[in-house]
Amino acid sequence: MLLDWLYVAVFAVVGIIMAALPLAVVWLLAPRADYPQKRLTYESGVVPFGQAWAQFNIRYYLFALIFVLFEVEVIYLFPWAVVFREFINRQLGGFVFVEALLFIIILGMGLIYAWRKGALEWV
Amino acid sequence: MGELAAFIILAIVTLLPAVVVVTSRNLVRAAMSLIPSFLGVTGLFVLLQAEFVAGIQILIYAGAIAVLILFVIMLTQGGTGTALRQVNEQQLVGGLVAGALTIALLGLLLRTPWPLVAGTLPRSNVAAVGGAFLTNFILAFEISSLVLLVSLVGALVIARREQ
Amino acid sequence: MNWFLEIVKAVLAALAVFTFLAVVGAMLGVYLERKISGWIQSRLGPKHVGPQGLLQTIADTVKLLQKENIVPSNADAITFNVAPLMAVVAALLAWIIIPFGPAFGRVLVVRDINIGLLFFIGMASLIVIAILLGGWSSNNKYALLGGFRSASQMISYEIPLALAVMVPIMMAGTMSTVGIVEAQRGGWLGIGNWYIFGLPGNRGLLVPGFLAFVVFLTAATAEVNRVPFDLPEADSELVGGYFTEYTGMRFALFQLGEYAEAFAMAALTSVLFLGGWHGPWLPGIVWFFIKMFALVFFLIWVRWTYPRLRLDQLLNLSWKGLVPLGFVLVLVTGWLLV
Repeated sequence: MLLDWLYVAVFAVVGIIMAALPLAVVWLLAPRADYPQKRLTYESGVVPFGQAWAQFNIRYYLFALIFVLFEVEVIYLFPWAVVFREFINRQLGGFVFVEALLFIIILGMGLIYAWRKGALEWV
Repeated sequence: MGELAAFIILAIVTLLPAVVVVTSRNLVRAAMSLIPSFLGVTGLFVLLQAEFVAGIQILIYAGAIAVLILFVIMLTQGGTGTALRQVNEQQLVGGLVAGALTIALLGLLLRTPWPLVAGTLPRSNVAAVGGAFLTNFILAFEISSLVLLVSLVGALVIARREQ
Repeated sequence: MNWFLEIVKAVLAALAVFTFLAVVGAMLGVYLERKISGWIQSRLGPKHVGPQGLLQTIADTVKLLQKENIVPSNADAITFNVAPLMAVVAALLAWIIIPFGPAFGRVLVVRDINIGLLFFIGMASLIVIAILLGGWSSNNKYALLGGFRSASQMISYEIPLALAVMVPIMMAGTMSTVGIVEAQRGGWLGIGNWYIFGLPGNRGLLVPGFLAFVVFLTAATAEVNRVPFDLPEADSELVGGYFTEYTGMRFALFQLGEYAEAFAMAALTSVLFLGGWHGPWLPGIVWFFIKMFALVFFLIWVRWTYPRLRLDQLLNLSWKGLVPLGFVLVLVTGWLLV
């Protein structure tokens, strides 16, 4: 099992090196004709104006928040999904199903609350 | 031997970015450094044979919480990457407290009789966790859904009050 | 355990997979996209470079390699360079768990991690961060907005993705990809046991099986930012979205990451719902490639069939449509299995 993750680590390192390789090639090969106008940020041909940060818009934050909570819920459901069939074989299928049903219903209420309160609207 | 090397590498990968998180003046760079730190913790979980928790660590911490933190930081003034002065007037007292805490923790850790015989590992990590959730810890399982619901409602109430 | 030997094997495997992704994923994928898009639009697509234009992407890559290295002023140089690398590495890591088929007496997969599918979804989450950082580091309003919108879209579709994945996990009882494919072996003509058709003893599972397939494919299309979900990178909307300021090879790296992820999603769809490498008469690996390319063709086909969804339509589809549907599917599967 540890071996699997050693492969993951090696893949990550090799991936970084292999991806950086073309960048290194570019750095060696590419022409250098640098002048200030080339480094201006792109704004449809006009000279850029103002700081580059978005007006604080709470909807991005709300979506990320709801995402975190539902992701944690999905995480809880993964072990349940894996052992589900095993529990069926032990005649405990119905019991286990009801446990998950309860879990999902409670969080479904959370989704409905968010929906009704308009947290899922984009505008 | 190999495990010791892996542990040292992972500890460095976890701790160095953590230092950057705490000391960097650029908020976004600080938030970015959380990610290698989380991935280092993933590796540490793997070394402890806790595969499922390692998977969760990637998914929740590096994938969801880091995104949330980055969103918030990038949407505020600090998100321009301008250097903010880290105002900390009480460096001496802070240093003393940190030193005392280190001594206390080290003393505690070195005196505890750690069990040297490992228990038997379950055949499949996820199946063991699932089995435990659904039999021994069923109450914790259901209450955690309630906790999630409460945090969802609470966060939405707070966030929407800003409007 | 000979650590050194294993590290060498891992390095070779990583190089092999990276080359496979660069050649099949990016070069062949881009070529196929341009050719098929051309045919759908009643034109021919690339024809001149090489036979039938096959060397077109190679020519493009060589061109990109000698483009000037432009980093916009005030861009955060470290993040600007790290973001495309992160996208490529996350997509590369996602391929560790994908089984190609039986060869030389064993299944050809880099490593069959026990929590394979959880790991895959984790890697899909990491790409979101790469895009967000790419958008921010360009110091460009449009790129930042594009990064936010792209990230919002991708995180909104991760929940349906995870829920759709749960249906085959429940039917197979394991999170390992090889385990799920093995559980689909046998059946009529090698097809009957595919999870898209439910379980052989429980044909009522056809409904959640098929719907989970649809949900997974939809969520996967949104995860790789393809039409009809490509608003964040729509040419006519936000210039280039999060990669407005990315030129030359860095742009190519983002594209490589995106195409590698798209192929990974296609391969995973076939693993989860279409029996992986099982099929009549032909050897397993051939079936794997057939299924993967069929799904990629389907993705390209969808691109030119459906109009682009607006961002709020997109998010509504996920949170108000696919997420409740996903939960219902998981519950129905549980109900039918009991």
